[in-house]
Amino acid sequence: MNIKLKIWRQKNQDSEGHFEEYSMTGIEEHMSFLEVLDLLNEQLFAEGEEPVAFDSDCREGICGQCGVVINGQAHGPIRSTTCQLHMRHLAEDPSFKDGSTITIEPWRSTGFPVLKDLIVDRSALDRIVQAGGYISVNTGAAPEAHSVPVQKDKADAAFEAAACIGCGACVAACPNASAMLFTGAKISHLGLLPQGQPERLARVVNMLNQHDAEGFGGCTNIGECAAVCPKSVPLEVITRLNRDLGHALWKGQKATA
Amino acid sequence: MTELIDGLYREGEKIADTKAPHDVPIAQRWEQRKFNANLVNPANRRKLDVIVVGSGLAGGAAAASLGEQGYNVKCFFYQDSARRAHSIAAQGGINAAKNYRNDGDSVYRLFYDTVKGGDYRAREDNVYRLAEVSAAIIDQCVAQGVPFAREYGGLLDNRSFGGVQVSRTFYARGQTGQQLLIGAYQALERQVRAGTVKEYRRHEMVELIVIDGRARGIVTRDMVTGEIATHLADAVVLCTGGYGNVFFLSTNAMGCNATAIWRAHRKGAYFANPCYTQIHPTCIPQSGDFQSKLTLMSESLRNDGRIWVPKRAEDCDKDPRDIPEEDRDYYLERIYPAFGNLVPRDIASRQAKNMCDEGRGVGPAIKERDAQGNERMMRRGVYLDFSEAIGRLGRDAVSARYGNLFEMYQRITGDDPYEVPMRIYPAVHYTMGGLWVDYDLESNIPGLYVAGEANFSDHGANRLGASALMQGLADGYFVLPDTLNDYLADMLREGKVDPDAPEIAEARKSVEDRIDRLMALRGTRSVDDFHMALGRIMWEYCGMERREEGLREAIGQIRALKEEFWRDARITGEAMELNQALEKAGRLLDFFELAELMCIDALHRRESCGGHFRAESQTPEGEALRHDDEFLYVAAWEWGGENQPPILHKEDLIYKDIELKQRSYK
Repeated sequence: MNIKLKIWRQKNQDSEGHFEEYSMTGIEEHMSFLEVLDLLNEQLFAEGEEPVAFDSDCREGICGQCGVVINGQAHGPIRSTTCQLHMRHLAEDPSFKDGSTITIEPWRSTGFPVLKDLIVDRSALDRIVQAGGYISVNTGAAPEAHSVPVQKDKADAAFEAAACIGCGACVAACPNASAMLFTGAKISHLGLLPQGQPERLARVVNMLNQHDAEGFGGCTNIGECAAVCPKSVPLEVITRLNRDLGHALWKGQKATA
Repeated sequence: MTELIDGLYREGEKIADTKAPHDVPIAQRWEQRKFNANLVNPANRRKLDVIVVGSGLAGGAAAASLGEQGYNVKCFFYQDSARRAHSIAAQGGINAAKNYRNDGDSVYRLFYDTVKGGDYRAREDNVYRLAEVSAAIIDQCVAQGVPFAREYGGLLDNRSFGGVQVSRTFYARGQTGQQLLIGAYQALERQVRAGTVKEYRRHEMVELIVIDGRARGIVTRDMVTGEIATHLADAVVLCTGGYGNVFFLSTNAMGCNATAIWRAHRKGAYFANPCYTQIHPTCIPQSGDFQSKLTLMSESLRNDGRIWVPKRAEDCDKDPRDIPEEDRDYYLERIYPAFGNLVPRDIASRQAKNMCDEGRGVGPAIKERDAQGNERMMRRGVYLDFSEAIGRLGRDAVSARYGNLFEMYQRITGDDPYEVPMRIYPAVHYTMGGLWVDYDLESNIPGLYVAGEANFSDHGANRLGASALMQGLADGYFVLPDTLNDYLADMLREGKVDPDAPEIAEARKSVEDRIDRLMALRGTRSVDDFHMALGRIMWEYCGMERREEGLREAIGQIRALKEEFWRDARITGEAMELNQALEKAGRLLDFFELAELMCIDALHRRESCGGHFRAESQTPEGEALRHDDEFLYVAAWEWGGENQPPILHKEDLIYKDIELKQRSYK
């Protein structure tokens, strides 16, 4: 098939960006979306132009490094990471015809400044984790693993939340650029386990403070985040976050150092 | 030093690992070593600086643990977040000798299985320690909140993996690597908050700084601004993973590279067993020329999936569902009845290749070149069939075990594995070779420590499934924090390095010169184009099967390709900005040199063992045939200098606790 790509080009964080259009021919439907970008870059190279910078690493849908907005949707039309999107998935759309234009933009959020072309800086998410997204246990200080049984349904629910890969699609899809799905996923993962109880209330206060300080917006229950999440992290994690926050405020939990 | 051997290398002095206390039995050595090691008192630790390169299971765990101890840690990684290291992609599980299943597991059995699985080319002391600390890893991870699979009673579940007959593998669905890495990452971020660890994201180590024979720092390139910087420390720890991307197509992440360890090698660190490459049997077959990487399907699938090919070549293009039971060849179950589909990876891989070579492969025929350079069309795939498991367990139970893997397969191939058997084929996965280290994980350069896949020590010539995660975390959580003390105690007395030492400026200048030289290239071919060409040479001649003449051919082709690169490559963009072509070019230069050393190592080892299959050395049944009388050693290569032959140092492998045997899984 033949396609046109309309891609955001931006030299660096300080410069203005703009869209450029490129035509490609001979695209096969079992190519992955990123392989099409690889091919575009070979084409640009041959034409003496600079290739498009984009992030990807594992290309197996698990590392969370890739991610762009495709035709207005984070990670594109199917619920997956950008690296797991294949051209056949785009071609399934009835409006997709030979010669269709695909628009590709970086994640859109003030919390994620653009570094170059399609690459953004997502370090804000790490700082939210630094604020309390862990269980404080020093190496070698752990009790025998079987000394604390965990109810299977709790462990499974914790796993569902822990499946978050930190790709940032939830932020990019949210009209308020909220990172609440990401933060709620961590709070649920740790809060559902017996090991996570001692720090549970301090965790939610500290992480939310950092979330707000990074410039992410509040949640208004639109649900776009969960709809695009490639790992199907459920919207309930935000409910759980809010419940823990309410509990923390009621208990007078202050932020801790 | 000897004369030139085979026209390729020289032989130097033998080496030995002298840090394991051999005066006590193997079960007491680690305790003894820890007791003998010097300690650094808590108030002095903050005066000592440690650089950790890499943030995967080994690097993340090491940086977090050293930070907890109170050392000043700087952690460097090329991704945008420490959580993205390639350990995250490991799917199946992590081994530990917990014997929770009461099926006869023990530290000794894990040790035995690992040494045997590695085809008797791993070092006993290190492997024993690995098995010994394995149980504590599970405790640590559970305490961190890793959501391992559980049974209804609330206790941890286990499963079995290739090459063993007990259930000792702990798992979190098909995302065990991710969950373990998130645990280590969270421990790391906690230390960042505490101020003991400083992270350097999107930074690449491009040179090692060696002063007075000791590792004293690194040179980095900031991948966003292009800035070159030097960082000094009292010790340097490399946890930078494997070098499978020398083959271009592999299951490794796109950014995985050998630059950190190769730069250290050029500064004197020995590179051990570079030819030991693990080919993983259960990957999604290649589908076209444009492909950028290969995707692995967890080995855990082999617990319930049955592997087969049609008995007759003429059935290969039929719908597999139309091939009746009696016309299917479940070849692993036929040849290896005791282990069946759970034979170790090297054996499962080789048999899949044999079936396809016989003309009984399935799936679309792809273009390939034989050893003589002739093009031919071959089907490269075998079936991994779940229909029997779905009949026995029901679709829901199969989905609970493997659902996310099935989904991934369907997304990539467009086929539904609940309906049609999966197609799989071996692909380059893990590299058992790496920098030589002693029992303390210290390389032959004092102060340079190497852990996880980046070192060579624990897996021998083949790695058992679910052992990579175990080694990464064992090294990072439990070995380095104890062994580094011993060295750092000395460094406390030694004092800080002079920031004006000429070696620092030289290291920096060599990096800048290399970048200038690359940016000045004005050829016509892209870096990826050269990398693909290198990959084709390596897969053809130094892949699943190696032969004398093929390896010689490969060495010639690699040298020619490298020359061609300097004549005809071009790097777009500028040096002082985010420049992915420049990043790839620097890595490719190191891959060229490493590729040549891999071929030399493969050529000199005229035996088959584990993942190194020399066609000239096989049993009448076609299994790998070792020659313990000649090759019972670690091949540790010293950099001989620019365009000079490398120097081989042998470390004899001594088996006292395990009897050397021909490996059999029949």
